[in-house]
Amino acid sequence: MNFDPRFSGRKFASVGTRPIRPDGVDKVTGRARYGADFNMAGQLVGRVLRSPHAHAKILKIDISKAEKLNGVKAVITAKDLPDLTDGDAAMYDILDNCMARTKALYDGHAVAAVAAIDARTARQALKLIEVEYEILPHVTDVDEAMQYHAPLINDTIFTEGLEEKPVKPSNVTKRSQFGHGDVHQGFGHADFIVERSFKTEQTHQGYIEPHACVASVSSDGTAELWVCTQGHFVYRQHCAQLLGMEASKLRVTSSEIGGGFGGKTHVWAEPVALALSRKAGRPVKLVMTRDEVFRASGPTSATSIDVKIGARKDGTITAAEATLRYSAGPYAGSWAEIGAMTAFACYKLDNVKTVGYEVLVNRPKTAAYRAPSAPMAAFAVESAVDELAKELGMDPVDFRIKNAAQEGTRSSYGPVYGPIGIGPTLEAVKHHPHMKAPLKKNQGRGMACGFWFNFGGQTCVDLNIGMDGSVSLAVGTVDVGGSRASLSLVAAEELGIDYSQLKAIVADTSSLGYNDMTDGSRGTFSSSMATISAARNAIKILRERAAQMWDISVDDVIWEQGHAVAKREKHGNLGKLSLKEIAAQSGKTGGPIAGHSELVADGAGVSFATHICDIEVDPETGSTRVIRYTVVQDAGKAVHPTYVEGQYQGGAAQGIGWALNEEYIYGKDGRLQNAGFLDYRIPVCSDLPMIDTQILEIPNPNHPYGVRGVGETSIVPPLAAIANAVSNAAGVRMTHIPMSPPRILAAIEAERGE
Amino acid sequence: MRYIRPLSIEDAVGQLAGSAGISAILAGGSDLLVRMKGGFVEPDLIVDIKSIAGLSDIRETADGFSIGAAVPCAVLGENAALKKSWPGVVEAAKLIGSKQVQGRCTITGNLCNASPAADSVPALVAAGAKAVIAGPSGKRTIAVEAVPTAPGKTSLAKGEIIEAILLDKRSPRSGDAYLRFIPRTEMDIAVVSAGVNLTIDEHGVVTAARVALGAAAPTVLLVEEAAEALIGRKLDEAALERLAKVCAGACRPIDDKRGTIEFRRKVAGVLARRAATTAYARAGGK
Repeated sequence: MNFDPRFSGRKFASVGTRPIRPDGVDKVTGRARYGADFNMAGQLVGRVLRSPHAHAKILKIDISKAEKLNGVKAVITAKDLPDLTDGDAAMYDILDNCMARTKALYDGHAVAAVAAIDARTARQALKLIEVEYEILPHVTDVDEAMQYHAPLINDTIFTEGLEEKPVKPSNVTKRSQFGHGDVHQGFGHADFIVERSFKTEQTHQGYIEPHACVASVSSDGTAELWVCTQGHFVYRQHCAQLLGMEASKLRVTSSEIGGGFGGKTHVWAEPVALALSRKAGRPVKLVMTRDEVFRASGPTSATSIDVKIGARKDGTITAAEATLRYSAGPYAGSWAEIGAMTAFACYKLDNVKTVGYEVLVNRPKTAAYRAPSAPMAAFAVESAVDELAKELGMDPVDFRIKNAAQEGTRSSYGPVYGPIGIGPTLEAVKHHPHMKAPLKKNQGRGMACGFWFNFGGQTCVDLNIGMDGSVSLAVGTVDVGGSRASLSLVAAEELGIDYSQLKAIVADTSSLGYNDMTDGSRGTFSSSMATISAARNAIKILRERAAQMWDISVDDVIWEQGHAVAKREKHGNLGKLSLKEIAAQSGKTGGPIAGHSELVADGAGVSFATHICDIEVDPETGSTRVIRYTVVQDAGKAVHPTYVEGQYQGGAAQGIGWALNEEYIYGKDGRLQNAGFLDYRIPVCSDLPMIDTQILEIPNPNHPYGVRGVGETSIVPPLAAIANAVSNAAGVRMTHIPMSPPRILAAIEAERGE
Repeated sequence: MRYIRPLSIEDAVGQLAGSAGISAILAGGSDLLVRMKGGFVEPDLIVDIKSIAGLSDIRETADGFSIGAAVPCAVLGENAALKKSWPGVVEAAKLIGSKQVQGRCTITGNLCNASPAADSVPALVAAGAKAVIAGPSGKRTIAVEAVPTAPGKTSLAKGEIIEAILLDKRSPRSGDAYLRFIPRTEMDIAVVSAGVNLTIDEHGVVTAARVALGAAAPTVLLVEEAAEALIGRKLDEAALERLAKVCAGACRPIDDKRGTIEFRRKVAGVLARRAATTAYARAGGK
């Protein structure tokens, strides 16, 4: 297939407009089917028994009483999920996380599960399962876990990435390093140096829809799974591998998704539901409670970060260095590594060095959360950059403009940038009216920048033209933010037809080729590329059919605004044939008309944003109020601007919650204290102002329309922007996220010397 | 589990008194249903009191107001006379949960849930409200602060139901106010709170006062020393400082996921001062 993905700079008819999304009406009327809305005849209720201990050896599990309870159809433990991972360490971790094998590694770790005829029976059965634990010492804090005498979570872990293999196991699974130049020398040339340590607490994506699935394993060994996920193809692979099935024998259908943000990229309940169904011989529905979602899905890392930045009097940064420690939960991850890559990505630096440490703790396994790892690194770096600007007596925006990366800059994590948006977002912020708006007493303004890589990956799209000329588009990237609308716009653009003539769906795993999951802001970027390619393939067939109908050479047929047009110089009297007219004759001209595309979408353009916010602090209580918030971000090309703005606002809203109140609070016993939305405080509507957005469009040269991913970058700057605003309002530098009222009040009083 | 919906208070009392196992009274259900859903309680008997005559009414009497035990908090906010007389009580009731929750929840339920962080309770205690209790041995009336005895526990005996909350007729130049601290703007539970109710003379001197603190001890605190800091004085800066200090000192808070001891003490004083200022202004003080 000859598909040219390069940016062409065309004019758009559909792309850039704002039609209603195809999934909109069903969502607002309650008809849309989410994970828990699938049901099957004879379906059982699955429930999971979870460890109440942060760290414990499982000595014995007695399920005999539970099995005897009337209405219980299956009880499973790790024995029912034998190890088929064949040396794949990452898959083994997933298996162990789904069902603890020898040790419970965190409060909430699954140890057994039941399937029963109703929820009450299932709950009773859980109480009848007897688990004998030997409680082990635990550690939940990232810094404490790195201490020499910290309780060991896995004694087979020896830190990777060191010059010599350590002699002793530890909770540090890996050290990674990025950068170039010589920071020691760079700091020698600095007139001013800021050096600070920061902490951020663990947060959860806080998606409204809990994990839910229905699993049905047939007696012939084939199975179906209906599930709320960001990637049904990936779920299929993982579940098939863990259960010893061939992937093609497991058909996975993704439901509508009530939020994922990276948290629905991993399997937790699904292999358990399949194992229960296999044992019971009946379909099993497994829906997590909110408590289970907090305790046993995949929150982001807690971090501890040291930053040092030096600059000359003229405002040139001479060196920048950071050490980043990220908690990974009880299994190895690469979270600090990503943090170390993104930390200084906004800047043009001659001397830069970042070191990341992945740290095991007795908390749930860390999963991706919207631009995973980047917000915490940006909080530390952008706080220090702000402080350095103050010391230099420079405006914080001008200081950043002076040091901003640009096309040709070698990034702090290695690659050389193409055309990028950091400079333009900063210039836009500099001239934004928000920056000049007056502030009242106890109010402070902050701004900060953020970066995210974006991702492309494997993608497959089918575009089918019906005999009535309407078009169905089947994509394999789960729609988490309006991508069905955006992809319909793209198909309409290519075909030259109206948006209303199209209907896009997310196809199941047996109906379409493999797709990577919707992560890395890839949904619209990669699937639009495949949609363009599929549409162009369909157009080729449409031209062939028109040529047949006219009985002329296909080379004499061009495609223009939804019509086949015969070249005028040769066939001036032929007029044109609409897509509809060609489709109507398709039975006689060679059968159904379709376009397919399978590709790896390379060249996802990196994305930058700059945010501004105003915060009011009550100096007597430490209470905060977000007064005004502005997001400026590069979208490459906004296919559906409303949903681009929605992504900007959503990232900012999540960042505001993270910055001000959200945190996992563990007791001394290692148990999570606030596994619910009452005491895990995501913002409510009245906590937020209307978030203002400004879309910049600096085309991605590697996409036909210039599209870049937009979903994640918006959560990168908020922690830092808000910290800078609070620090300015309160008159004291805040270094611990979330900046909850008790932390702010304590900082204000410490500053006053009280 | 048995669910009943009696039509008279006598029937409800009889059913509760004669029940075995765990029984629960259902009005709005905003605490009970959440606890049942969370698996914290599995009652054998649920007595829904919403159909009992009179329990869903607010009555204005010669002595003041009688608020039926099944009156949703949102309805308090729609009663102009009550709002005018006891704005602090109404604003406290209207802070519970969210708009949707306020359409169901009741101040009596809030009181009987016996949470030290209950929003309407400090305001009711400051207001000197009383609870009318029906039980197997007849009716009795007690001060609301005598109802909760510890977190989740009340002084109500088996078979007893609070029928109504009584608020006195207002003397002239009186005002009350309630403030709570939450990290969000709504849908939250008080980290610490303060209710102040006072009456002033024609010169602006405080002649009577009651100050109550929430989430500052195992039960809502009536701080008499704080009232004394106000009585006989105009609400000047010195009186307010003294009030804040006394309130901070009277707290016996705990460190928990919602706040620290230190934070609760400080903020209790700040809120008491601010609530007193509002109550004073409502009483017509300048």
